[in-house]
Amino acid sequence: MRLAGTLERSSMSIRRNLARRLVTEEVEQMVARVPKHVGSFGYDAWGYDESRVKLGAGLSKHLYERYFRVRAHGLENIPAQGRVLIIGNHSGQLPMDGILVGYALLSNPHAPRAARVMFERFLPTVPYLGNLLNNLGGVIGDPLNCARMLQAEEAIIVFPEGVRGSGKPYSKRYQLQRFGNGFVHLAMAHATPIIPVGIVGCEETMPSLGNIKPLAKLLGIPYAPLVPSLIPLPARVSLHFGKPIRISAEACTEQGVTERVDQVRNAISDLIDEGLTQRESKYF
Amino acid sequence: MTTSMANKKNLDQRKTVLVTGAAGALARHVMARLHGPYRVIAVDFRRQVETDAGIPSYRVEIHKRGFEDIFRDHRVDAIFHIGRIFPHESDRARRYNSNVMGTRKLLDLARKYKVNQVLIHSTHLVYGASPYNPALLDEESPLKASGVTQDLIDSVEVESLANIHLWKYPELNITILRPCNLLGPGVRNTLSLLLSRPLVPVLIGFSPIMQFMHVDDMADAMMQAFEQNKPGIYNVAPDDYIPYQEAVRACGCSPLPIPSVPAILPRIWSSLLNWNAFFPAYLLNYFKYPVVIDGRLFRDTFNWKPRRSLNDIFAYYRKQKQISG
Repeated sequence: MRLAGTLERSSMSIRRNLARRLVTEEVEQMVARVPKHVGSFGYDAWGYDESRVKLGAGLSKHLYERYFRVRAHGLENIPAQGRVLIIGNHSGQLPMDGILVGYALLSNPHAPRAARVMFERFLPTVPYLGNLLNNLGGVIGDPLNCARMLQAEEAIIVFPEGVRGSGKPYSKRYQLQRFGNGFVHLAMAHATPIIPVGIVGCEETMPSLGNIKPLAKLLGIPYAPLVPSLIPLPARVSLHFGKPIRISAEACTEQGVTERVDQVRNAISDLIDEGLTQRESKYF
Repeated sequence: MTTSMANKKNLDQRKTVLVTGAAGALARHVMARLHGPYRVIAVDFRRQVETDAGIPSYRVEIHKRGFEDIFRDHRVDAIFHIGRIFPHESDRARRYNSNVMGTRKLLDLARKYKVNQVLIHSTHLVYGASPYNPALLDEESPLKASGVTQDLIDSVEVESLANIHLWKYPELNITILRPCNLLGPGVRNTLSLLLSRPLVPVLIGFSPIMQFMHVDDMADAMMQAFEQNKPGIYNVAPDDYIPYQEAVRACGCSPLPIPSVPAILPRIWSSLLNWNAFFPAYLLNYFKYPVVIDGRLFRDTFNWKPRRSLNDIFAYYRKQKQISG
């Protein structure tokens, strides 16, 4: 019992030190400006935790500004309030793209938003990680979660390629994989505008030669990439947010839904092309 | 209030309400509200509860034949079915008999003696804790608790019985309430007992979001549901949330970290530590994964709002520890 107490006290003091260094005045103000309803202890129903978001924002700021030297274009397209789906291309093995798009939304000078991200279903079973992701705004990618969040006027980041996109090898970089249709169904059911985002540079953060399937199976994870480094490489990243796409709410066949998905997919493809042409250097 | 004058005028026309689980904290709060405008009958399986003057009190097991005598002696207009045997109080077989067969018996008697309103006190635990649960489960969500632990099969079956009667016998006007975790003075459910202790087990790396409600607010909720009589199934919870481990600290408890993976470890610890319901195995998954319910339907339908904040609720547990040293 005494040991548990000592451990807790020392971990608390580490946390406090970390908090002091990461949560600067600027970060405090950034999070304070976000229009977001939380309960009396600073949490929402999905586990969003204001104090952890501040820590996460402090850390992401360094990643965003110094490590990946992100340039964001079209931030003015993101609505200041109301439900919205941010749909992007997924890449880079680790969900760095989610973090960077999330921070871009939070630090948006036009209108800051707390971003919600849908993640893989196995993650809540991993100790600490599941709760941490919840605290930072993530939830498991259940359509019910997404529907409830849209009703609560949240901004949600979705990568419809899922692991097909993030786990693909470097040889398939910037080739959009198959999109799931779920996000368009949600946009139709909840009258939600879609902001497409083309993400350039995340493919280069962790170029993979292939998937070591037996290892992935052993670890119970979706893929185990063969990569030069498990730490993401400091590639330059650029985010290209497009104009809002309003999907017709009129009922249609699944074939029709797929056509609407392709409309978004094409928009993202164009934004990626724009980013690739503008790019001057991958790493330097 | 004018009710007391009205009472004197038509003393005989007051409705009679039978309350099960009368020894429990929630029933006591409910009876205090009912007493006066209604006639109250107190029933409990544990003991003959001491009640205010004018409240007949019975010690009876509701799945036994003696229960019917109450209906023969009194004209019962409404039933608040609150009484349950908790997993820490008895074994599975006895609980099944009392909770499930007892509820069956109660509903049969309600039909036979033409009771025209039944409130069933259920629990949010019936939804079952799972890593795949979306937050804000609505009343149509599947009840997965029996897949999580055999110790909650009785809770799910009580629900299913109540549901069958709800659509089959609309004249019973059944309202099923599924509250989030109830806490407060005198509450003896597993979580309340746990948070009353100085040392509370927590699973390392898991701190699911939970909802808590003061027993006083739940009593108000039951009264609203009774007086407005809008049969159906309702979650009852405030729009406020807190992770389990933070609630543990807010109640002034020291967390006892228990290794959480692989899943067999907490089960072993639970069987070692479950002396006096210290670490009940049936709640293991609830300490790991969330069951967050959406209480909007109830709040909007009955215009109900809890009066106590989370901090008010936890303050009682903090003070209780300061007093005991």
